[in-house]
Amino acid sequence: MEVVTPESFAGFAASLAAAASDGRSVRILGGGSKPWAAPASDDALVLGTGRLDWTVEHTPGDMTAVFAAGVPFARAQAELALEGQRLALDPPLGLDDRATIGGIVATGDSGPLAHRYGTPRDQVLGVTVALSDGTIARSGSRVIKNVAGYDLPKLYAGSFGTLGAILAVGLRLRALPRATATILGGVADPDVLAGAVAYLAKAPFELEALDVAWRSGRGGVLAQVAGTAATRRADEVAFAMRDCGLGTIDIADDDGEFWERQRGLQRSDTRAVVLVTGPRTALPSVLRLADLHDATMVGRGGVGASYLTVDPEQVETLRAALPVGLHAVVLDRPAGAELDTWGVARGPEIELMRAVKAQFDPAGVCNSGLMVGGI
Amino acid sequence: MEAEQLLASLRGICGDDHVVSDPHALSVYDSDGLRQYRQIPLAAVLPASADQVVAVVRLCARAEVPFVARGAGTGLSGGALPHIGGVVIVLSRLRQIISVDLGEGVVIAEPGVTNLAISAAVGPSHVYPPDPSSQLVCTIGGNVAENAGGAHCFKYGFTTNYVVGLDVVLADGTLVELRRDRPGYDLIGAFVGSEGTLGIAVRIHLRVVPAAESVRTVVAFFDDVAAAADAVSSVIGAAVVPAAVELMDALALQAAEKAVPGGYRLDAGAALLIELDGPLLETAAGLEQLLELCLSGGARDIRVATEVGERQALWATRKAAFPAMTQLSPACYLQDGVVPRSRLADVLEAIGRLSVEFGLAVANVFHAGDGNLHPLVCYDPGVPGESERAFELAGAILRECVARGGSITGEHGVGVDKSAFMSEMFSDDDLDSFARLRCAFDPAGLSNPGKLIPTPRLCGERPGPYQQHPLEQAGLATRF
Repeated sequence: MEVVTPESFAGFAASLAAAASDGRSVRILGGGSKPWAAPASDDALVLGTGRLDWTVEHTPGDMTAVFAAGVPFARAQAELALEGQRLALDPPLGLDDRATIGGIVATGDSGPLAHRYGTPRDQVLGVTVALSDGTIARSGSRVIKNVAGYDLPKLYAGSFGTLGAILAVGLRLRALPRATATILGGVADPDVLAGAVAYLAKAPFELEALDVAWRSGRGGVLAQVAGTAATRRADEVAFAMRDCGLGTIDIADDDGEFWERQRGLQRSDTRAVVLVTGPRTALPSVLRLADLHDATMVGRGGVGASYLTVDPEQVETLRAALPVGLHAVVLDRPAGAELDTWGVARGPEIELMRAVKAQFDPAGVCNSGLMVGGI
Repeated sequence: MEAEQLLASLRGICGDDHVVSDPHALSVYDSDGLRQYRQIPLAAVLPASADQVVAVVRLCARAEVPFVARGAGTGLSGGALPHIGGVVIVLSRLRQIISVDLGEGVVIAEPGVTNLAISAAVGPSHVYPPDPSSQLVCTIGGNVAENAGGAHCFKYGFTTNYVVGLDVVLADGTLVELRRDRPGYDLIGAFVGSEGTLGIAVRIHLRVVPAAESVRTVVAFFDDVAAAADAVSSVIGAAVVPAAVELMDALALQAAEKAVPGGYRLDAGAALLIELDGPLLETAAGLEQLLELCLSGGARDIRVATEVGERQALWATRKAAFPAMTQLSPACYLQDGVVPRSRLADVLEAIGRLSVEFGLAVANVFHAGDGNLHPLVCYDPGVPGESERAFELAGAILRECVARGGSITGEHGVGVDKSAFMSEMFSDDDLDSFARLRCAFDPAGLSNPGKLIPTPRLCGERPGPYQQHPLEQAGLATRF
């Protein structure tokens, strides 16, 4: 397996086009923190973004920044923190915090902050891609408000590199909050837990994150507030949690580790991680499914996204047991486990996705087969 | 298919009363809010259901007739301009709110429902944040097509951040269901803001959010726009996240306050209208910080609205700025451009320079938080050459925005009005990537052709990577 790591955008595009004209398929590699996302055949050319690792632009006053795809997310976040800013994204970063900006955007990965700020598609302002014919194309812009042209940055976000290789990404920044506080409440009844989440999601608390953790018939709710008055607001949230029937309520000002744990439970080396998406009101069913399949679950209660960690042999029964309206995507899996990432998908929208792929990557060179429907 | 035959088929689908083909009656549909561009179509149809939209689009596809969907026609870029010999599909009869589910935080609506009706359906506990100025009449279908913003999108985001599902009729009449929570490409993201060129949304799922616990509204008066613009940067830099930050220069301020008095000072060089919302404890702290920053930024007077009526009056004046300007000048051209926020003061200075150079007054009212300018170029169409000069000036302002790393449109869209400016912002390769998306959705190019992309290429004409010609392979020819 040949690995090439071009050091310029032009070089990257040229390598991609050269591989395409040789009829070779290409796998695009970021930090390699999600091996399941880009399994490569032996004859594929692996194009790494590792040397595309510079900050293209960051004017603090604009609250926007443009990063080359290979910039490690943790490094970007550290740089921004020096200016009192952050990316409002907190996906798990994998071994040695290896995940890159490009990889996170390409896989649409996110963490607890998705409750308030959405996923990468909600944060990207502009994207520069290399297409398989060697074209370098920009779309979007570097200002936060722009409707010139199609919003292709959203199309590339979460496309798993199947349309082209992301070379650079412009993102919206937020101010680092003055202070945060996390309120935790525990319970052993899935309906009480779901009721508390439903209440908190509808209340005007302006929560940064509203997460659930669940394992073997018990779990809890985690809510984060941020701002100047975080501590006093945390008391209000704690009161509401108690009202909803949650017990063992706790407030933590130094709350980083709780969220690190939530993020960490979205990943696994030894078991399979299944992302279940759908209506947030389906939370009680998801909790019961987790128990039935001996799963550890963390998720975004207000959004309707849950990560279930299960034994690989449980994946298909779990998928089959999903109520209508819920969808399952298999993320991490133990090395060697043969699991269907997307499950069966058909319908006119899948055909439309196929047509999009055919336009952007007509030769089927870029990460082909990694998207739903084998696209 | 002959025109008469097409009209007969359209009547068969929508009923005689809902197909307009008399040229005089069609003048209602000859433009959108940008009256400079007008065109009488072959017909306008008013379908009553998604099924009828599908049937109309299928018919257009078979007859190879272009069509354009139309909401309330409040767009400001000619996006809903009809096509010669084409069909306008008016969606005003699809105006049902299908469901309101606050547990899920989702409203499902037909495209003809107005923007404000969504918030009305979920209030007072919840709100639908995108709030374009025309929200009383503009429709959700149009908002989706244009990715509508509004004054409060600095904190809350745009239409695209709230659409979680779309049922779309593609240009060949296929109905597709797109949902945010289903795996696959983000086709909703691609569709929102596509200006009617990728199909017609016939059912729209919108996320709604809990209404803020408290709202604080402040007006700060400055000596000039540069000082006001700098104050915006210091407020945002200090981690205060206002829900809205609106800036008016002296010209706009005077016109607006005279038309709809809200208590603004007439002797100020610029006014900043700032709104904070959120939990009570946060807005209280934020307000203190905000006042301090405005004062240290040179504000010479500050007013804090203490009751709802006062707050509404301040907003009423701001929203009256555009109509008020049109009263003061025989005609106005409303421009829409964006600059990175740190370049605000700088671009305003350039606009001032251009105004002098062209000899035309320019009033500035804009969403300062996100650098979205709305300069109003005032002119008199009765004076020979002045209309042309006004458009030239408006174009020159856009170039100033692009030169500073900004955009040619922040919320009005490209439509027909700005398609010529797309190449100022994008290279041919960039534009070609847009064309690829369009070809995937609408290879025949029937859904609102001529908008958004300057000169669409034919679908299927896709140069692949360089390949040797058979003659080259055979060694019989060489390329130099």
